[in-house]
Amino acid sequence: MASSTIDSRLLRDLQKLLGRDAVLYKPEDLLLYEYDGSVEVARPNCVVFPRTAQDVVGIVRLAGRHDTPLVGRGAGTGLSGGAIARRGGIITSFARMNRILEIDAENQRARVQPGLVNSDLSLAVEHLGLHFAPDPSSQKACTIGGNVSENSGGPHTLAYGVTTNHVLALEVVLPNGELLHLGAGAVDAPGYDLTGLFVGSEGTFGLVTEITVKLTRLPEATKTLLAIYECVDDATETVVEITARGITPAACEMMDGWTIRAVEDYVHAGFPLDCAAVLLIEVDGLREAAEYEAAEVADVCRLHRARDVRVARDARERDLLWKGRKNAFGAVGRLLPTYYTQDGVIPRTKLPATLRRVSEIGDKYGFAIGNIFHAGDGNLHPIILFDARDKRQFANAVAASDEIIQFCIEVGGSITGEHGVGMEKDRLMPLLFSEVDLDLMRRVRDVFNPEGLLNPAKVLPSAKGCGEIHVRPVAATVGSAPA
Amino acid sequence: MSSASTLISTRAAEIAGARNVIVDPAALDAYAIGGMIPSTAIRAESVEQIAEIMKFAVAEKLAIVVCAARTKLDIGAPPRQYDLALDLTRLDRVVAYDPGDMTLSVEPGIPLHRIQSALTEHRQFLPLVVPFMDRATAAGTIASGIDSPLRQFYGTARDYVLGIEFVTGDGAAVKSGGRVVKNVSGYDIHKLMIGALGTLGVLTRINFRTFPLPAATRAIVATFGDAARAVALRHALAGSPLRPLVLEIVSPRAAELLGGKSLASNDDWSVVASFAGTPTALERCERDVRKMAEQNGAAAFTSSDDEPSLAAPDRTSEFPAAALASSAAATILKLSVLPTKMQAMLDAAAKAVDAAQMQWAATARGVGTIYFALLPSERNEDALARVSRATNEIFGRCAALDGNATIPWCPAEWKSALPIWGPERSDLGPMRALKKVFDPHGVFSPGRFMGGI
Repeated sequence: MASSTIDSRLLRDLQKLLGRDAVLYKPEDLLLYEYDGSVEVARPNCVVFPRTAQDVVGIVRLAGRHDTPLVGRGAGTGLSGGAIARRGGIITSFARMNRILEIDAENQRARVQPGLVNSDLSLAVEHLGLHFAPDPSSQKACTIGGNVSENSGGPHTLAYGVTTNHVLALEVVLPNGELLHLGAGAVDAPGYDLTGLFVGSEGTFGLVTEITVKLTRLPEATKTLLAIYECVDDATETVVEITARGITPAACEMMDGWTIRAVEDYVHAGFPLDCAAVLLIEVDGLREAAEYEAAEVADVCRLHRARDVRVARDARERDLLWKGRKNAFGAVGRLLPTYYTQDGVIPRTKLPATLRRVSEIGDKYGFAIGNIFHAGDGNLHPIILFDARDKRQFANAVAASDEIIQFCIEVGGSITGEHGVGMEKDRLMPLLFSEVDLDLMRRVRDVFNPEGLLNPAKVLPSAKGCGEIHVRPVAATVGSAPA
Repeated sequence: MSSASTLISTRAAEIAGARNVIVDPAALDAYAIGGMIPSTAIRAESVEQIAEIMKFAVAEKLAIVVCAARTKLDIGAPPRQYDLALDLTRLDRVVAYDPGDMTLSVEPGIPLHRIQSALTEHRQFLPLVVPFMDRATAAGTIASGIDSPLRQFYGTARDYVLGIEFVTGDGAAVKSGGRVVKNVSGYDIHKLMIGALGTLGVLTRINFRTFPLPAATRAIVATFGDAARAVALRHALAGSPLRPLVLEIVSPRAAELLGGKSLASNDDWSVVASFAGTPTALERCERDVRKMAEQNGAAAFTSSDDEPSLAAPDRTSEFPAAALASSAAATILKLSVLPTKMQAMLDAAAKAVDAAQMQWAATARGVGTIYFALLPSERNEDALARVSRATNEIFGRCAALDGNATIPWCPAEWKSALPIWGPERSDLGPMRALKKVFDPHGVFSPGRFMGGI
């Protein structure tokens, strides 16, 4: 089924269901849908654009009748190949289901369609003093449907939680065409927590057609600090000490000197070029609380030998600092044709040891590895720069990346904190889970997706032990940023 | 002793040792659920023993109820069959606690108060303050899915349980999630275990995220002549920049049952709120709440700093326990509605129960969850008929308000006559299918869960 042509009867049926303008099938039109933000690539046979949940039911039924794989897709900014048609078939793009259906400011709820862009929701409720808290770095492009599928995080999830903490109810279409309502707008829907199970299932259980989310009140005050270090260990020790003092910052991000230089050259955020690391720390809440915590944090930074601690004086300065952080991956992409970003998680106290190990691994394979990460929750994004045209370099990049992940697991961490398993890390799942664990996951998936037609060959390693690795063409490398 | 029960106790002794097997009828009374008493109780001491027990149960077609401190076994329907009580109280250790990482891994049978004392040493805590706090265990709290007043700020267990290890109905030891605060490796199967009442697996290890214990907290109680004004203060607070840890509304009778020293002592409603922060921040919180309370016609206002722990001020978390102790036939409804519909829900419930000529008491959490206790003075057919009438009326109203309604507690012999799981849900099909995956032979508490699962 992975051929690039499409069964003409299926094509006709899809066009009849959705209209001719809602089905793409020419190779040149499909090119864009071969990629997401990861290094993976695979071509779908067609892309369809439903407008309603009933359209989605129709698509799912047709796919079933024609025994054709089906993959849901938001903006395609994912970083693990979740929205790529690994086995070909139909990509269901939610680009035309992008409306806000209801805003209930008093109850701090919104009902949205899956194709709504993450930051569009926050913008729409800002005048009400509210926002949608999960904020992946790709938030200006990524969709809430994609966030739900991947259980996306972002810098501010340290205090506010990841996507699953903000989803109350889902409308989903199962691969058998059944339309289901999970959870409820009111809290504590009785029964098993199917909403919690669905969020983060990476599009392998069902297609999400409507989402009810919590909206969070914007803080009264926000303080953003930039602490500058001569030594990476001082920065990582600062992170450990801040939490030991009972402070949970809204965000606590770290960039190493190598990354800072790449970023500063591009964004001009005012990062010092000669330092070893910076911490970008944000505290928020009541005016009194934010001021007190900012002073405490600054104190801890200085105790741990920060060369300088700057506090953003206004919203413009704050935005500039964040622009530097959120555009870091775009900046790095200017340096070499390809980069590979990992998403390992470690217990926070293992940060100093982990960074030393990452540096050793870089030396061993001869790569520059940049480090940029959510330090507060131990979620690393080491960036390995390489040239994918060089087969040997590519293999080494994967090997280096695997060694980093292996170390994360050894210190009690995980293979992915927010990017998802997708088709990038399914082969690594056995490092974390036993065959019995994986078998249970497989059987849970089969409850919803028994034929395996929905987003096949994702999350769980195939029985054969699939080791395929895709490289995208060099021309289309950069563009999306991890959280 | 019948030959079947001899077989069970003999095999149980082989697996866990005779000292961990209980067959004495008097001692087994402590494991009764709705008048059903198992023939044997077994205290497991390891995951391997639990897996062995499950395999034995499957082979002999036994029904097992998993339990620990047994404070929440009455939630849900009594099991259809009950041969063996699997007691987890011997598995009660802290397996790992990393204060720097703020993660905690415990065995299932550990009492919550012991967790709290271990964490207090490092100025941390777990925001689980639940009914029967003096005995409640980690496993029972997670399996029952019971909420804590601290959910106003910290969310519920699903927001801070990082991973769970459990043994399935066919004896497989499995895990989901992990021990780091951020993790999307694999499906979030552990979320299914929260609130599943032990119908999907035996919890063997629970990993939590812990939280810093605030340096100082302040509890504030404002009292009002009617529920409407109390609810109005809740709305004012929710619309303010303040971030209360606890936000609860307590009915006059509930205040009396709880006996909290700051709660209203007449026919007034109380609003209990607590805050954390520096002295300056706490002053600000008190000032703002006082102003909001006055604007909404508060009758009285008190504040206290003398409870630095994060226990719910005035023990509002113990409301279900207090209500159960106050009536022979206490029937406690859990009604969750959108916050703006709390007032309508409270009014409708009070009206229905007044019409049935019964006492009632209620607490309502700021997030929209109301515990509404019907307190009949008798436990007989007539009382059941009146409770049933009132409940149907209330559930109808709750459905019209798009709310969720269940009855976590009522007399066991009333359970089959009352809609304890609320109206049938459209997602029951996948729930049944999931039960088959986790417990293919139907060993765990058959019939205890929603839809007869």
